[in-house]
Amino acid sequence: MIAAYLEIRDGKIKKSSLEALSEARRRAAELGVGTAAVLVGADVAGLAPAAFALGAAKVYVIEKPDFADYSPQSYTLALAAFVGEVKPAALFFAATAMGKDLAPRVAARLGAALASDCTKVAVKDGTLEFTRPIYAGKAFLSLRLKTSPKLATLRPNVFPLGETVGGAGETIRLEIAVPEGSIKGRVAEILKEESAEIDVTEADVVVSGGRGLKGPEAFALLRGMAAVFPRAAVGASRSAVDSGWIGHQHQVGQTGKTVSPELYIAVGISGAIQHLAGMSSSKFIVAVNKDPEAPIFKVADYGIVGDLFEVVPKLTEELKKALSD
Amino acid sequence: MNILVFVKRVPDTESRIRIQHETRTIVEEGLNFVISPYDEYALEEALRLKEAKGGTVRAVSVGRDETLVILRKCLAMGADEVLLVKDGSPETYDGLRTARIIARAVERRLAGADLLLFGRQAVGADNSQVPAMVAELLGLPQATVVTKLEIDGPSATALREIEGGMEKVVLLLPAVVTAQKGLNEPRYETLKGIMAAKKKEIPAVTLEELGFGPDELVSAVETIGLDVPPARQAGKILQGDPAETARELVRLLRDEAKLI
Repeated sequence: MIAAYLEIRDGKIKKSSLEALSEARRRAAELGVGTAAVLVGADVAGLAPAAFALGAAKVYVIEKPDFADYSPQSYTLALAAFVGEVKPAALFFAATAMGKDLAPRVAARLGAALASDCTKVAVKDGTLEFTRPIYAGKAFLSLRLKTSPKLATLRPNVFPLGETVGGAGETIRLEIAVPEGSIKGRVAEILKEESAEIDVTEADVVVSGGRGLKGPEAFALLRGMAAVFPRAAVGASRSAVDSGWIGHQHQVGQTGKTVSPELYIAVGISGAIQHLAGMSSSKFIVAVNKDPEAPIFKVADYGIVGDLFEVVPKLTEELKKALSD
Repeated sequence: MNILVFVKRVPDTESRIRIQHETRTIVEEGLNFVISPYDEYALEEALRLKEAKGGTVRAVSVGRDETLVILRKCLAMGADEVLLVKDGSPETYDGLRTARIIARAVERRLAGADLLLFGRQAVGADNSQVPAMVAELLGLPQATVVTKLEIDGPSATALREIEGGMEKVVLLLPAVVTAQKGLNEPRYETLKGIMAAKKKEIPAVTLEELGFGPDELVSAVETIGLDVPPARQAGKILQGDPAETARELVRLLRDEAKLI
């Protein structure tokens, strides 16, 4: 079977985990094996129907009051126990903050290699083959894992959600023991960003600004444009972040985040190679820049040569009109 | 407090990556190699903690002899000691292999550390695997992708980035922490530091000396293919009146790209 670990935040399964489950189901169908999901938490069995709906035949539930808060150590024990008991052929995670924190620990505990941040999973010669960007997308590596189970984290926003197939399934509870004193780290608190903006890695639309914005104020223009879309985030180039115009969590590029939204709008970004690496896998790229020679236009599907301070308000207005139709 | 910092030699982020297709490796010729940028934040944090609380900072790297250059930079920035773990193997992309080497080196050569600092990922392989694996192999707690770190007696409090916010994590030392941009602003080496680093003998340990047999570190990652992404085609570029170009762009997004 191929299993997906379903990450829970705010009492809900993360969309990127459902994407990982969808991919697990597609590849499991190709291999002729079953699909399962794993839930870990204090009170999570009620979330199983979301996994059944996407075609998981079995949902394994590992519940304990101690699991109310995520801890890489305790969740590793839970997932290692799941693998030991159920022996899946593969276990997928979403490559989120939690997935990237947890999957390597699980891998080390199981003595199995891990494919990180994959953008493609294929079946060849009856085995799974993973493709992942390296150098932030300047190159792509395809690999096979010689160890079992095949462990992989899958990049959010890349794998499509599967169709809802309805259907019920079997919920199976697993009991695990957490030895006293073995957990030496805990989450004391989760601090939410006040704006409740979604992360650039999870957004369908990213509106990014660069040096051309000339200062922090102009990011308000970009926020205004982002607000037109239902799931949009504001990104930034390294020079905008290094100038202190916006927080580094917005940075897109090789020392920031790699994004692949449906639509990436680069405003006042010339397109340094380390920035292009972080956004070239976006499905559509739009660039607004006053320099017609800017490298960003070489990767853009559509571009406007012009003064961003004139173009962005007009564009926002037109987008608003189009989206309200 | 005794701090270990793990650093990796990588091509700088301005590098254009070319592929040697026969060997499925990156062409190294012409690339400028540096300390992975996130590792610099880790080293800076170690140096600041040492300045505040005393102790030692030891920088460690796994790699070929070329790696000595970045270890000298660590010395020039202020590390007290460095260690090269000699590994002649080309990049395997197998994080667990590297983690095993590091965990063994910590146990046999670098015991007694209170804090193990890493960059949140090595720029290049982009695995984000090794630190959490080392933590698991050594039975230590971890906080990854950290932008703020405070040490208070036997425990550490770290703020780590998650989607849409931060997790405040409390760890019992010793612990593994990985540095994210924003944690600090790394210092430059001083001329004096560079001169002193040049003269320093850099100790090295081989994989055999760490007790690894010849077959123990075979990569579990088999590289099937390595390629650069297909170049994107430049698209339609609009020039002229802002209102008109904006209208035309939205029309293209709707009618041609079918995005809205």
